Amino acid sequence: MKLRTSHYITLAFLVVFTYFYRKDGLVATSVLYTAIQFALPLALAAMVGVMCERTGVVNIGIEGTMLFSAFTAFFAGAIMKDTVQGMFVGVFTGAMMGLLLALMAVSWKMNQIIAGVIINILAAGITSFYYRQNYSIPATLHPIDLPVVGAWPILGPVLSFHGPITYFGILFILALWFALYKTSWGLRSRAVGEQPASADTAGVSVTRLRYMNVTIAGAVGGLAGSYLALEAVGIFERGFTAGKGFTALAIMIFGRWNPLGALAAALFFGLTQAVTNQLMIDEVVEIPPQFITMLPYILTILVLAISAGKVRPPAAEGIAYEKEKS
Amino acid sequence: MNTLLEIEGVSKRFGAVIANENISLTVKGGEILALLGENGAGKSTLVKAVFGLVRPDSGTIKIDGIVMESSDTAAAIARGVGMVHQHFQLVPVMSVTENLILGDEPKRFGVLNIKRARAEVLSLSEKYGLEVDPDAIIEDLPVGMAQRVEILKALRRDVKLLILDEPTAVLTPQETDELLEVLRNLAKRGVGILFITHKLREVMAVADRIAVLRDGKLMGTTTPKESSESKLAQMMVGREVVLRVEKGPGKPKEVLLAVRNLKVIDDRKLEAVRDLSLEVHAGEILGIAGVEGNGQRELVEAICSMRPRSSGEVMVKGQVIPNLSPRAAHLAGVSHIPEDREKHGLVTSYSIADNLVLNRFDQAPFANGWIRNLEKVANNGEALVEKFDIRAPNASLSADSLSGGNKQKVVVARELSQQLDVVVASQPTRGIDVGSIEFIHNQLISARDAGAAVLLVSAELDEILSLADRIAVISNGKIVATFGSKEADRNTIGRLMAGLAS
Ligand SMILES: Nc1ncnc2c1ncn2[C@@H]1O[C@H](COP(=O)(O)OP(=O)(O)OP(=O)(O)O)[C@@H](O)[C@H]1O
Ligand SMILES: [Mg+2]
Repeated sequence: MKLRTSHYITLAFLVVFTYFYRKDGLVATSVLYTAIQFALPLALAAMVGVMCERTGVVNIGIEGTMLFSAFTAFFAGAIMKDTVQGMFVGVFTGAMMGLLLALMAVSWKMNQIIAGVIINILAAGITSFYYRQNYSIPATLHPIDLPVVGAWPILGPVLSFHGPITYFGILFILALWFALYKTSWGLRSRAVGEQPASADTAGVSVTRLRYMNVTIAGAVGGLAGSYLALEAVGIFERGFTAGKGFTALAIMIFGRWNPLGALAAALFFGLTQAVTNQLMIDEVVEIPPQFITMLPYILTILVLAISAGKVRPPAAEGIAYEKEKS
Repeated sequence: MNTLLEIEGVSKRFGAVIANENISLTVKGGEILALLGENGAGKSTLVKAVFGLVRPDSGTIKIDGIVMESSDTAAAIARGVGMVHQHFQLVPVMSVTENLILGDEPKRFGVLNIKRARAEVLSLSEKYGLEVDPDAIIEDLPVGMAQRVEILKALRRDVKLLILDEPTAVLTPQETDELLEVLRNLAKRGVGILFITHKLREVMAVADRIAVLRDGKLMGTTTPKESSESKLAQMMVGREVVLRVEKGPGKPKEVLLAVRNLKVIDDRKLEAVRDLSLEVHAGEILGIAGVEGNGQRELVEAICSMRPRSSGEVMVKGQVIPNLSPRAAHLAGVSHIPEDREKHGLVTSYSIADNLVLNRFDQAPFANGWIRNLEKVANNGEALVEKFDIRAPNASLSADSLSGGNKQKVVVARELSQQLDVVVASQPTRGIDVGSIEFIHNQLISARDAGAAVLLVSAELDEILSLADRIAVISNGKIVATFGSKEADRNTIGRLMAGLAS
């Protein structure tokens, strides 16, 4: 991601902040706080895409992965009466969905779009069929009051008091960025996503790396799903993820398949939503709620239209690696 | 010396094609074995089987007496096999350093030590006399430079058996000599070397033994002492090959291609062609001699409108060719045999027949308005495969499945089988076997005799000297001298190419 884009996004945050701050300092910080909350699942979900596509596997099953993980996380949490255990179940579910995708895309060399669709349909079907009402988790995951940062003026209330998945997620994104560009795992992963034959001839196992990355990515998707069910709202409903897994793909593209770029793009999406919400609460604008729900999708289309042609995806994405076809 | 590599009865089929048929060969430590054969004879397939990239249908491959699991590249590398691939196995978007270390990175706790890697690349490049820029991105490099990276990649790991699949096709003569010297030294240290090339001179110079393949079968082995270039050529092709070009004098007529005060910027934003002018007449071959990287690539791409001209103009039959419109250049009558056939010559996932009409698929007779005439395309494909001796069972197969030299022949066939006004041929015989070189040379000469203006760019001075009617020497983006074929003298041209005043 070019520095310029992240400048724009910082600028957007500043403008929003100043706008609300002139009226009410508390509202201003709460809008930014909410922006982070909206952004986090998108950012994590985008990491799923980044990890998969950087190794050459297209994953359009992020939506299904999140939905299914949110489902298992919530009901496991409710049945075991333990939210934290529920989260682990969610993460594990995600990893299994990743493994399933790897099986279809890498071993069976299925068309990867179709493999992703299968995951989405599977998740939508199972989660609505087995959905039961009247379940509830004991509590959402505990927010953490950051020691020093929490006391800062203005930034404190924006950055502090998020849940554990939020902090872990942000650390994970930073770590993923580092790993992708500074470690041998990252070098190999990117090589596999660009030119698997070259990686193979250098002694890197394309199959193993793709399996590993797609499965870990699935776990990250599971974390994103758990976040929605256990940290953000504490409930589960049918079609709960509402297209976030698809929006994440747009965010990934907007962020040029770079974890930090995608994080910035997710924050921008989150901010837009938080602002619209606040404007509705303030009744500054009267927009029918349907339009508000449409917002992420419209934004997605806009973003894709803007970045189309300017970004270059990993060259080997979507293509199963066949050894004897060099 | 011990036997390092034993290939025993290896066979491999691809569909109807028998690429290798019951081949047995050995390479000893400290020995250089040259592997010769026509395009499509099965050389690459055989060495890929050794490296674990192709799974043989039958037969075994032993390294140091241990049978290799087929299709396991990592195991082959672990046993000390290194390979320089005919199709570079380099990741285009990554740097030279990143490509060189891939798979065996200097690191601590998984974190790359890029500084150390860079230093290693520099010392490696110095040690073997193959100059590379460690920070350059592969896709910006000319093929010659990419080839050096590919060679260094294999040399970086301590290899016991080094396989080189046409490593010299794109190297300059000096670089080739240096590489051959490197190979001799490695052999002295006990490394076994399996060396594929189409250049018989190199084989005679460096090989201890020579193995010849034809149609997937081993024709026999010999030594440089027992044979000669023409004997080898005959063994490969199965008939006598004329290694010298035979042509009558050119009869130049009107100017068909004129380049006026051309300036072109290269990928690094430097001026690669500087105020260059030249003219090619109907019925003559103008050869551009020069060390690679002196603006030839940019000149050719600017003539074919693939690269913007910062100033100056290109005229074909007196008509100015617009900037950046390869199609306009094509329609004006320019045929282009590009240097990089994979990148600019073919869509490898398309069939051979489609590739053979790639620049005229929408014109009669291959299309009626919007509708393609697939029958005509198929017939044209079969006819050209036959005429140009492209080794493929049929033209409906994807171009992917062709051997390296046969891909090149597809491009040549397409470009030389249309109405010819101007032919721009860039390294037209690179990677092509002796028999087909003879054929392509004859095609270029008959194009000339039929009244085409031929611009021939080649890194092979011999090719230029034997084909061209006039020779222009390019150095540093400028034509520094022009000779008629009679006055041309090897030494003078060599000095001019090197940038020394004559
Ligand atoms: N992946 C593949 N699929 C189908 N056919 C193939 C494949 N690879 C090679 N072949 C066929 O096998 C034969 C041998 O090919 P190979 O690449 O070994 O030739 P080569 O001797 O290396 O030729 P060149 O000098 O042109 O590189 C050719 O006829 C080629 O078309
Ligand atoms: Mg070959």
